[in-house]
Amino acid sequence: MPTEVILPKVDMDMATGQISRWFAEEGAKVKKGDVLFEIETDKAAMEIDAPASGTLRNVTGKERIDIPVGEPVAWIYADDEVYGDKQDEAPISHQVGEMSAKPIEWGAVPPTSHSFTPPSALLPTVGEVSQSPSAARATPLARRLAREAGLSIAGIKGSGPRGRVVRADVEAAVAAKGSTAPVQPTAEIAPPTSVEAPAPAAKPMSDDQVLKLFAEGSYELVPHDNMRKTIARRLVEAKSTIPHFYLTLDCELDALLALRTQLNAAAPMRKTDKGEVPAYKLSVNDMVIKAMAMALMAVPDANASWTDSAMVKHKHADVGVAVSIPGGLITPIIRHADEKTLSVISNEMKDLASRARSRKLKPEEYQGGTTAVSNLGMFGIKDFAAVINPPHATILAVGAGEERAVVKKGEIKIATVMSVTLSTDHRAVDGALGAELLGAFKRMVENPMGMLV
Amino acid sequence: MAGASKAVADTRANLPFVYRHYSPEQLREVLHKMYLIRRFEEGAEECYMRGLIHGTMHLSIGQEASAMGICMPLTEDDQITSTHRGHGHCIAKGAEVGRMFAEFFGKTTGYCKGRGGSMHIADVAKGNLGANGIVAGGIPIAVGAALSSKMMKTGKVVVSFFGDGANNEGAFHEALNMAAIWKLPVIFVCENNGYGMSTSTARSTAVKNIAERAAAYSMPGVIVNGNIFSEVAEASHKAVERARAGEGPTLIESKTYRHRGHSKSDRNRYRTKEEIEDWMANRDPITLFETELRDFGFIDDQGIQAIRDAVAREIADGIEFAKVSPSPEIATLQNYVYTEHA
Amino acid sequence: MDAAVRELSYAQAIQEAMAIAMDMDERVFLMGEDIGVYGGAFQVTGDLVERYGTERVIDTPISELGGAGVAVGAAVTGMRPIFEFQFSDFATLGMEQIVNQAAKMRFMLGGEVSVPVVMRFPAGSGTGAAAQHSQSLEAWLGHVPGLKVIQPATPHDAKGMLLAAVADLDPVMIFEHKLLYKMKGHVPEGHYTVPIGKAEIRREGRDLTIVATSIMVQKALDAAAALEGEGIDIEVVDLRTIRPLDKQTVIDSVKKTSRLLCVYEAVKTLGIGAEVSALVAESEAFDYLDAPIVRLGGAETPIPYNPDLEKATVPQVPDIIAAARDLVKGVR
Repeated sequence: MPTEVILPKVDMDMATGQISRWFAEEGAKVKKGDVLFEIETDKAAMEIDAPASGTLRNVTGKERIDIPVGEPVAWIYADDEVYGDKQDEAPISHQVGEMSAKPIEWGAVPPTSHSFTPPSALLPTVGEVSQSPSAARATPLARRLAREAGLSIAGIKGSGPRGRVVRADVEAAVAAKGSTAPVQPTAEIAPPTSVEAPAPAAKPMSDDQVLKLFAEGSYELVPHDNMRKTIARRLVEAKSTIPHFYLTLDCELDALLALRTQLNAAAPMRKTDKGEVPAYKLSVNDMVIKAMAMALMAVPDANASWTDSAMVKHKHADVGVAVSIPGGLITPIIRHADEKTLSVISNEMKDLASRARSRKLKPEEYQGGTTAVSNLGMFGIKDFAAVINPPHATILAVGAGEERAVVKKGEIKIATVMSVTLSTDHRAVDGALGAELLGAFKRMVENPMGMLV
Repeated sequence: MAGASKAVADTRANLPFVYRHYSPEQLREVLHKMYLIRRFEEGAEECYMRGLIHGTMHLSIGQEASAMGICMPLTEDDQITSTHRGHGHCIAKGAEVGRMFAEFFGKTTGYCKGRGGSMHIADVAKGNLGANGIVAGGIPIAVGAALSSKMMKTGKVVVSFFGDGANNEGAFHEALNMAAIWKLPVIFVCENNGYGMSTSTARSTAVKNIAERAAAYSMPGVIVNGNIFSEVAEASHKAVERARAGEGPTLIESKTYRHRGHSKSDRNRYRTKEEIEDWMANRDPITLFETELRDFGFIDDQGIQAIRDAVAREIADGIEFAKVSPSPEIATLQNYVYTEHA
Repeated sequence: MDAAVRELSYAQAIQEAMAIAMDMDERVFLMGEDIGVYGGAFQVTGDLVERYGTERVIDTPISELGGAGVAVGAAVTGMRPIFEFQFSDFATLGMEQIVNQAAKMRFMLGGEVSVPVVMRFPAGSGTGAAAQHSQSLEAWLGHVPGLKVIQPATPHDAKGMLLAAVADLDPVMIFEHKLLYKMKGHVPEGHYTVPIGKAEIRREGRDLTIVATSIMVQKALDAAAALEGEGIDIEVVDLRTIRPLDKQTVIDSVKKTSRLLCVYEAVKTLGIGAEVSALVAESEAFDYLDAPIVRLGGAETPIPYNPDLEKATVPQVPDIIAAARDLVKGVR
């Protein structure tokens, strides 16, 4: 029996994934453990190994389309297994349904004079099935509700496994429709004339509405990839469910910069194949990460996550760091940053950022965390406010360090100043608590020796 | 008593058991019933061949003396369990042929309202708990009925008819053992017609006589010529007395022969034409009994003809009754699966 | 007040029911292997032989086929036998009498007789008795029209359903899970019946219906309690009777919760779960399903001897929790 190659679930809550590229093609000899293809999940790319050795056949998993988790994308035939001469018959496609997930054995057996050869018309092919209008996955309840609401199930996006449309999806679709379509009139409320429902405040414009505003040919449509969709979804979710609250203050950086120079100069040399290089090279951002972690330890009430039933009080500071990558951004986490030395943080950060750019992060490397740091100082941004990344309760937006005139004891002096803005989830971190946290951060930055002990 | 009967009675002392024990009227009625069984089977066979009866049936032509002899000492309250070859038992226990035909025709007036057919023919009111499609299936049930009789002190005796094939079923052995240890009022009657479908007892059964099985269960094992009414009735009489006295079960082996095949699909490949003809010509139970009755002066040719004519009318009437009776409504399909509660 | 909360074990409840039945009706008697002075393999008949004598508490030889047939014959002719199979596995030896005779006699005879026999079957795994003494064969008998097949899940129901079975004019097969015999619970004094053919909602909920039988009812309740903390609200339906099935209770529950999980110990394939799933799919509840129907049943294997393997053969509470959670959270 040939071995099934499926699109594996590699991420929590992952329902579908896209194959970003195949490393082996139809008919290729593969060894168990060879990298077969790369999956693009919401936030990362993951290499998938061959589950068996043999010849790769019936590669149905196309690149760059959403494929439900668990679906077969190819088959590996062992050397002693004969692949049927009619490729579209054996094995039967996954899309016929779960029951057909295994290949039918006779399809892989060379016909003999006694063997029963089924008429190929009986064998549904991938194309036929997937093009059937009733092929949309939906629960009976969802179908009934859609029918009753006069909606086509095919037009509703499913949130269930394998994109299955469930009750909640139809209810959402009905609500959306109800808010744009005329309200069903009722005798008590209004006469059956056309009463327009009030335009919903939160309803975004439809694709068509947006495109209508631009002349045809004046733009190019670039379909969203998974990362873009995820970023959009999560930011909408964060900004619409978290009550943001913002605090800004300035930190003087001179002491920190001096210490950084001193520490980098003292870095021991390490032998590598590129010759001797310093064992670490601290950036200002590495020190900001450490300062933020230590501030959270000093103000533990602010190191929290909000849930409906309880406040989650964290015992360590896991600091996410927003990393810009082509096509989006990702926030790898420095775990237990409060306990790590600056050199450890620095080297870890370099590794995470480099792997983030090649989309090689594992889910556990970017999921969770207790706060985040977003630094746009390198672009000269003076100050900005960042969107909180749940389950965090805070995020620190870091601006550029620049020389400014400051007034000290009645005298104007020049200092290197950096503006930071803390966004807090007001449900978890109130204004005063946020101010306390930001104060602790400022003290740490301005008295950086504290980060060494 | 009439004069003719008195003359007969005077000569009875030296005659076989039944002629001493039963009245001439009773004995003529036995002949009547034996003819009724024979003609019933023939009538059923003809109806089957004409396509009026579907399924299959197992005819007991040639075994009439066995059925009549065993049932002779039974009262109407006594009970029997029967076999797939059970038409004769049913008539011998008192059933009406009209309702039997109606059952074979699948009609609502049949004994089982058209649900049982030939293989499950029964007449509960007359004590026939039913034929059985499972070889030896009725034997434990008869033992259970006998247990009821003992526990409820009704005095009923239960007869379990079965064929030679059943003596190799586990149910036979389990049932005989329990009847013996609990001394139940049951009589096991093996109608050994020589063949379990096609397999002869010589090829299927380790003991020469099935009655020898009785020794294993400490009960009397009696062998009778199943084609001689008097012999069968005498053995049954003794067994019934023993059962009613609380002394426990008896195994009677009634050696007989079926003239027809096992069922309607039998091509008789396992026995010779000569063998069948020998039994029909020389050992036909009705001929044997009729000859005795005439020889002993219990009946004359005119009386015999009267019985034959009467039986012919009963059979014709019975078939007509069955034909005109209604078939069950499809809507009643699920009736009688469970007891209907009022 | 004490009487109201009187507790008996499942086995004691059955014994009490049999004693009450014998007190009320002199036609009732017990038959079975070693049910007399031995008290039954699982001590269910206990000391009944001392109270009712060997005439009414009858030790049979080791003859399941013959014994079942004797019980059928006695039932047809006026008695009310209660026949104990020592293990439900031995039903295989008595199958002819159960399936061909007891179930069909009334029908074959056009309603001329009834067969008021009760047969009891100690069933199920968990005792280390391995492959031939641990099976759950209720679905075999549930497939036969003419039989009634029940699986009481509590001491209260064990007594009430046995008394209902004795009063029933048709053959009633009672499957008693051996691990339930020691289960204690409230059992009212005196005579009462629990109807055959009526399921019981053991716990109301709105997110998921678990239809369970026998010992799986308690496991389902344990799972439901564990999931309460996760905000998952489970309805547990104790099927109680698998023939005739109480379809309406199941359908109504699924219409309410939109999700169905069937849990039973017998081998999963072709079991009661398939029947319940199908009846829901065929019913008006189909249009209320918001998730696939899921079955949790026994593994496709004979019951193994090794205790870990044995445990793994049948659904356990964590299995039910996982399946229920996945269903409600939309993972499957």
